[in-house]
Amino acid sequence: MSFNLLKIWRNEKSREIIVQIIVLIIFGWFISWLVGNVSGNFEKLGKDLSFEFLFIPAGYDINQYLISYNNRDSHLRAAVVGLLNTGLVAFFGIIIATIFGLFLGVLRLSKNWLANRIAYWYVEFTRNVPILLHILLWHGIIINTLPHPKQAIDILDVSYLTNRGFYIPKPIAEAGIELFYLFTIIAIIFAILFNKFSKKRQENTGKQMPVFWINLMVIILFPCIALLLNNFPISFSIPELKGFNFRGGLHLSPELIALTFALAIYTAAFIAEIVRAGILAIHKGQREAAESIGLKPDKVMNLVILPQARRVIIPPLTSQYLNLTKNSSLAIAIGYMDLVATLGGISLNQTGREMETMVLVLLIYLCISLSISSLMNWYNYRVKLVDR
Amino acid sequence: MVFGKNNYAPGTHPDLPPPPGTVGVVGWLKNNLFSSLSNSILTLLSLYLLYLLIEGGLSWFVVDAVVSANDKPGCRKIGNGACWAVIVKRFDQFIYGFYPLAERWRIDTSFFLLFIAAAPLLYPDIKFRKYMLIFSCFYPFIAFILIKGGVFNLLTIETNLFGGAMLTVIIGVTSIACSLPLGILLALGRQSRLKLVKLLSVCFIEFMRGVPLITLLFVASTMLNYFLPPGTNFNLLIRVIIMMTFFSAAYIAEVIRGGIQAIPKGQYEAADAIGLTYWQTTRFITLPQALKISIPGIVNTFIGLYKDTTLVVIIGLLDPLGIGRAALADTKWNGLSTETYLFVAVIFFISCFAMSRYSLWLEKKLSTDHN
Repeated sequence: MSFNLLKIWRNEKSREIIVQIIVLIIFGWFISWLVGNVSGNFEKLGKDLSFEFLFIPAGYDINQYLISYNNRDSHLRAAVVGLLNTGLVAFFGIIIATIFGLFLGVLRLSKNWLANRIAYWYVEFTRNVPILLHILLWHGIIINTLPHPKQAIDILDVSYLTNRGFYIPKPIAEAGIELFYLFTIIAIIFAILFNKFSKKRQENTGKQMPVFWINLMVIILFPCIALLLNNFPISFSIPELKGFNFRGGLHLSPELIALTFALAIYTAAFIAEIVRAGILAIHKGQREAAESIGLKPDKVMNLVILPQARRVIIPPLTSQYLNLTKNSSLAIAIGYMDLVATLGGISLNQTGREMETMVLVLLIYLCISLSISSLMNWYNYRVKLVDR
Repeated sequence: MVFGKNNYAPGTHPDLPPPPGTVGVVGWLKNNLFSSLSNSILTLLSLYLLYLLIEGGLSWFVVDAVVSANDKPGCRKIGNGACWAVIVKRFDQFIYGFYPLAERWRIDTSFFLLFIAAAPLLYPDIKFRKYMLIFSCFYPFIAFILIKGGVFNLLTIETNLFGGAMLTVIIGVTSIACSLPLGILLALGRQSRLKLVKLLSVCFIEFMRGVPLITLLFVASTMLNYFLPPGTNFNLLIRVIIMMTFFSAAYIAEVIRGGIQAIPKGQYEAADAIGLTYWQTTRFITLPQALKISIPGIVNTFIGLYKDTTLVVIIGLLDPLGIGRAALADTKWNGLSTETYLFVAVIFFISCFAMSRYSLWLEKKLSTDHN
């Protein structure tokens, strides 16, 4: 009998199964222990697990909302407002971080010693300081060193920088704006199709067109034509000083600005290094070969270096975007009402349902992360070098 | 043939200096700063930027700055620049938190011993490395006894008095030390042939990497107690350290997985061929190579973890940032946020920059490339 047991243990297949069964038993025991503890604790505190609290009025105000909201709306709506605020910061943060990061990356590659060094030290200083400090520092600078609304820093008489935030003109749509939207959509569709067409044409004939400039022209000109046709159906609400504060215009709160700006400049430092590493990863023979067949420097970059570097750059770039989105949860430190501050903060404190709110917050972030990373995997699979 | 000024007999050509403007300061300037029109414009713009920074920064940071004053109005009376007095007055708190004054030698001692304990781990070539490693093994217990007290007539210090840079170091070093072994196990689990082990590792890693650290800290501070037997109530600091450990272990696991995947298949085949078991292969073939490749990534994760320790202020622990915020909440220093946060930023910059330099050094040292 013992001989048989030993034999089973020595057989690789059966041993794997035995080990897995043991792991399963331990894991199952652990889970049941956790569930038992939770139910015991809930019973002791007289709580139950229910998500009905989502539909009762939240009862707190949110100072910035993209969809209409007041304190009589439900916790669920408050959470959605928070989620949209997270999205807002992430969206603008990513755009600014990308532009600034690309710029810094190019400086880091520049042969100009001075610009190179400045970019290097900027990157080192920025990324070696915690993101929370960046956020608090910028928030502090806005609310402590910018002037009161009465002495606001005036930009061209239409925008004002104050310690209560920035006030900028707000575009207001009037009758006839639909044409503008329509033309914008048409312009974008045209740009995408034109891009595809010219790529195909280049692959087939080798002829190139200034795709970027043509698309830029179309995207700017088309909507402008729509505006002219319909007698400019946009008006601007200009902020004005009334009493102690500004009225009208678009108010960007100090929290929104500090958070977006801090996240953007912090992430830009990482993006700069990614861009630099991606371009340096291309073997120098590629550049030499491109130069030797007589391509001009911009063609070398656009046709030889960038298409290859893109493959190296995009995966870490997306994970930086994801980091930026996750870091936006630090909004709670300065009181910006994002998902964590609404659902995981005030809703949690008001309803006392730690378990339910935190589970929801975790799940939402998990969904965002997993969907972005699966998109990423799909992209990686698509651009993978085909080994022949 | 007449040999004159510009033509010489064979073998008599003197060593001429290089043409003017290609070497020395001028040559360097020409090559690196003014090689073309656009380059020159970039240089001038950079110089202007530097001028603005130095002109504005120097007066605020140094010239007009005030070092000793009792409160903010006192600062403003003396100068218009930075009011470093808030840092000077509370410097001890920034380092030790609210640790009792008379007991601070214990922190100093354990901090000093930390370097001795870490030295054999950080510098592979050090003398008496074997003996020092024995000390490193015992260090966690020594440090715990020294800092927490409770035995050998040492006063017990409650963890809510911990604060400042000392708290950052405690959280950072403990989580780093615990997350490396856990990360290695997770990485091995993810590469395991056992489907169940693989599934569990993947779930754990993806969950930890998919959510922001701050939500995990909220979990630690608000709902971790639900998962423990009713009536247990354990220290917030330990809960935070556990969460930070899990969080960075997941990231380290991914870094090490990259290292494991980079090992050529032939290595495993060779190990199998000479009849090594799984654990022998892991111990002697996989890990030594995988860890070496992943060192830069591991150090980067550690730097990230170290920076992330600042998030503990949000759940109420007083690391240097928390001490700074407490100082700002004091009506005497209200509004000096820039000074306070800049000071904390410099503390973090110095330590993180040092770590990244160390990583570069180690990478170079371990590299077996031929370039």
